[in-house]
Amino acid sequence: MSTENMNLTLKVWRQTDNKAQGNLVDYKVSDVSPDMSFLEMFDVLNEDLITKGDDPIVFDHDCREGICGACSMYINGRPHGPKELVTTCQLHMRSFKDGDTIVVEPWRAKAFPVIKDLAVDRTAFDRIIAAGGFISVNTGNAQDANAIPIPKSQSDAAFEAAACIACGACVATCKNASAMLFTSAKISQLALLPQGQPERYRRAQSMVAQMDAEGFGNCTNTGACEAECPKGISLENIARMNRDFYHAKFVSEEEV
Amino acid sequence: MAELNANIPEGDLTEKWTKLRSSMPLVNPSNKRSIEIIVVGSGLAGASAAATLAEMGYKVKCFCFQDSPRRAHSIAAQGGINAAKNYQNDGDSTYRLFYDTIKGGDYRAREANVHRLAEVSSNIIDQCVAQGVPLAREYGGLLDNRSFGGTQVQRTFYAAGQTGQQLLLGAYSSLERQIGMGKVEMYTRHEMLDVVIIDGKARGIIARNLITGELERHFGHAVLIASGGYGNVFYLSTNAMGSNVTAAWKAHKKGAFFGNPCYTQIHPTCIPVSGEHQSKLTLMSESLRNDGRIWVPKKKDDTRKPSEIPEDERDYYLERRYPAFGNLVPRDVASRAAKERCDAGYGVGKSKLAVYLDFTANTERYGRIEANKHNIHNPDKATCMRLGREVIKEKYGNLFDMYKQITGEDPYELPMRIYPAVHYTMGGLWVDYNLMTTVPGLYALGEANFSDHGANRLGASALMQGLADGYFVIPYTIGSYLSKELATKPISTDHPAFVEAENAAKATIDKFLSINGTKSVDYFHKKLGKIMWEKCGMARNAQGLTDAIEEIRTLRKEFWSDVRVPGTTGSFNPELEKAGRVADFIELGELMCIDALNRNESCGGHFREEYQTPEGEALRDDENFSYVAAWEYFGDTQFKLHKEELKFENIKVAQRSYK
Amino acid sequence: MASFGNAFSSSIGKKLIMGITGLFLILFLIVHVFINSLIFFNDGGQTFNQGAEFMAHNWIIRAGEIVLFVGLLAHIYQGLRLVFENRAARPVKYAAYNGSANSKWYSRSMGLLGTLLLIFLIVHLSDFWVVSRFTGIPTEDALGKEDLFAVMVDKFQNLGIVILYVLAMVSLAYHLLHGFASAFQTLGWNHKKYSPIIRAFGFWYSIIISVLFALMPVAIYTGIIK
Repeated sequence: MSTENMNLTLKVWRQTDNKAQGNLVDYKVSDVSPDMSFLEMFDVLNEDLITKGDDPIVFDHDCREGICGACSMYINGRPHGPKELVTTCQLHMRSFKDGDTIVVEPWRAKAFPVIKDLAVDRTAFDRIIAAGGFISVNTGNAQDANAIPIPKSQSDAAFEAAACIACGACVATCKNASAMLFTSAKISQLALLPQGQPERYRRAQSMVAQMDAEGFGNCTNTGACEAECPKGISLENIARMNRDFYHAKFVSEEEV
Repeated sequence: MAELNANIPEGDLTEKWTKLRSSMPLVNPSNKRSIEIIVVGSGLAGASAAATLAEMGYKVKCFCFQDSPRRAHSIAAQGGINAAKNYQNDGDSTYRLFYDTIKGGDYRAREANVHRLAEVSSNIIDQCVAQGVPLAREYGGLLDNRSFGGTQVQRTFYAAGQTGQQLLLGAYSSLERQIGMGKVEMYTRHEMLDVVIIDGKARGIIARNLITGELERHFGHAVLIASGGYGNVFYLSTNAMGSNVTAAWKAHKKGAFFGNPCYTQIHPTCIPVSGEHQSKLTLMSESLRNDGRIWVPKKKDDTRKPSEIPEDERDYYLERRYPAFGNLVPRDVASRAAKERCDAGYGVGKSKLAVYLDFTANTERYGRIEANKHNIHNPDKATCMRLGREVIKEKYGNLFDMYKQITGEDPYELPMRIYPAVHYTMGGLWVDYNLMTTVPGLYALGEANFSDHGANRLGASALMQGLADGYFVIPYTIGSYLSKELATKPISTDHPAFVEAENAAKATIDKFLSINGTKSVDYFHKKLGKIMWEKCGMARNAQGLTDAIEEIRTLRKEFWSDVRVPGTTGSFNPELEKAGRVADFIELGELMCIDALNRNESCGGHFREEYQTPEGEALRDDENFSYVAAWEYFGDTQFKLHKEELKFENIKVAQRSYK
Repeated sequence: MASFGNAFSSSIGKKLIMGITGLFLILFLIVHVFINSLIFFNDGGQTFNQGAEFMAHNWIIRAGEIVLFVGLLAHIYQGLRLVFENRAARPVKYAAYNGSANSKWYSRSMGLLGTLLLIFLIVHLSDFWVVSRFTGIPTEDALGKEDLFAVMVDKFQNLGIVILYVLAMVSLAYHLLHGFASAFQTLGWNHKKYSPIIRAFGFWYSIIISVLFALMPVAIYTGIIK
């Protein structure tokens, strides 16, 4: 933990577009305040690059308060850097020390092609949701919100699964680039709620099919995704997804 | 000055919406299939509108600049969403929600719109629960509520400190369902750069594919702007880095009037600025004021640690000044009170621009209740604090974690330091009762319009308004326009109006890249932000605003001659995107100052130092300013004021009091 | 007519095959270690040989053996397929990858550990199984049973073989340490109350089975078991 301003060396992945070959490029940043966020440090670096006439580093970011899920840097071999339960935008420079060398890479997965530098295409996640990550209820169809009581523990568990921000850290850190934590979080959220029951098994099967079609790897239960998830999404969700999938395939008579 | 017609239906306030809804022209299902609607923005308003319109059968194209519709900034809303359900049996009603909202807005909102908002608020909660939004519940399995500022009932529904996220994901999942069925075409990483107007009607947009840099033309029978607010004009705000006014501003420049641009909400509880490098500010939810007490030391420049300052040397200034509402006064009041204390020299922290938000008293109180539940009699203070901390953690855990992450201080041990920051803009595109702007076929929804919050928005009302507009208002009101458009065949995007709009957008982009000056876009943005915060921020005066207008004009010239935008147009170039957005912010900033200068009164978030009561409260001038200021664009900093008189037929207009 | 569709070819289906065959092999190991542990009676292999003969000639066991081989082959085939598919899911590797920050090395190395075990298995099967089932055991013991124990004693006089067996059992221990609990997770048996028990059981199972197996060649080589 540093409290003084720092000088750092960055090794940042630069790649001009999806087709180009990329490589790591060294940058020196000096006088970095420990109160800066990791992305603010990149702002300073980019400002410097622009003034020098160089191309600034492209990276995804938006809310900068850890909820939109846009930021996505692989820092020193870990998604969102060394701290647990934070996104890159909330990682502060006080987590580093003077003289450190920091390697920054984009998420790496076949299903997340690099767009430019550190920005990757995560639309595969949207397609997984479009395949079944919803409850089919048109606007205006709803009954009174309190018509079905839901046990608090169950509602809380659904909320914990629903806290996923779709940043993709789970895929990025998984040695197999598997998207099971992401997919199972949505399947679980809806499987835990009474409103999600009618489509429960259909949903599990169609979302898994889409996940497979996107080219993500297979889960081998290393638990890295859970450990690196900035929102603490639990592996229990993957087990629940597996159960629902088996139900869809081996119990249900419906073929989806 | 021309009078604006808001097309408010005739009849009794409580019946206007029901009557209009039942008498509105409909579009039959087979015709809906051939009608195309463009939705710009995928936040609460945009996503809910796109999904609902597609469910109804329209062909919808939805655009967002983020890489996924789920990342729209609605996701960051923390505290909750209001609805007049009266589940807590504390006397809430549609009327009371309507009344609180009008009063909270300092009598500068349109009665009919606000009443409609209150009417549909209950449906929103029903819809969201049906979608699987996990709102907080009690042990009995029913929905829980909490209090928010400016009200004396508990009507706020929430999902921990992530209500916006959960509601947006609900709308997003509905949207994705329609995308999966092919009824909505989604364009992510696309930015709208212009509205195309043909024969006086909005007929499409020009959008830039942010990855390839290509300009695209898209036709629509109607265009819906749901692109959010413009708080980023201040550079530092709680908005996302990408939040911008471009879509709304381009619409404004094509003829849509801009309503009340100066109404800005400064949120009282944000984490204070820590240094020059800061890129954005982080909100600490208003819900914290349920359990946190705000105070400053009674002594000026008190450097003691907060724990060392005894109870009787603390000034709980909100409780002192507003005994009836205490820490739960509306945001504008709380913000101004904090500024007043800090300006007077009682601020805390290194910068002295902060006040304490202290949870000790309530932690102990909760602890005592918990001890009771656990059959611990006469618990000591440490036990109470330990047990109480668990309760606080359950209620606000993620917020406390976020505070610790950003400041490096543990708010369970030390009181939070907070200071007001720009959070929301009540102003926006002027719309009539049907949410249509002054350009036929061009609509504005959610924070992008001006309609429901008057001069100050109450907490937990933004989510309500965004979803009300998208789920329950526009799907009906758009029918009255589209039913007359059935004969309109899709217009070819080779139409001269499309070509002209695209060429203009291209010319602007080429201009940015050709200036090749010496300063980055951020340099200008920060400079604009500083002018706006100092002269058009929490307190404004005629002199400051006049100066600001001059300074912004100078800044604008400098921008267009000295900005440096690296890269090319044919690639993913975020600097180029920022340049376009900041160029629009500079123009908007000027209009905000013009509007603030025009409004010679104080109301809600608009506080003109010249107009205040002896106690320092906002002093309205209902005789001369009970109107919506809608500005028409006339090219190059020429704006013309139109007025929409506000008529209060159901509420007695009074001096707002929270004492 | 409804079918099982992609029940086994989907990503979860592939895991399911790994999990079920894995648990089956885990059950087999219990039988195997039980029979082999009979050498610890240190009675010149008499009890052990009785057990071995039962295993070699009981038709139910012989039939089970076929199932065992099918399961083993499925486990190997599916495992290798997963390794290659999972590699393909990340065509560009990270320059810096800090896996130890979030997971155990052996959970990330199941393919490697499995491959080591496969090499070991080939040696092991040709050492004993081929002898006992096909080429025939050369000698008989005092009770007239086939003296598999003698084959064992003979093999484990070679230090190289003993080291190979011990190392293989280290691989087995780590393979099981991840595999045991992982199989339950794959089957969807994750429960706040039971999972900790499964994990603890799996831990001790992996250690005990592997240590018992490793003790056998060591005990014979050092002459403790004769």
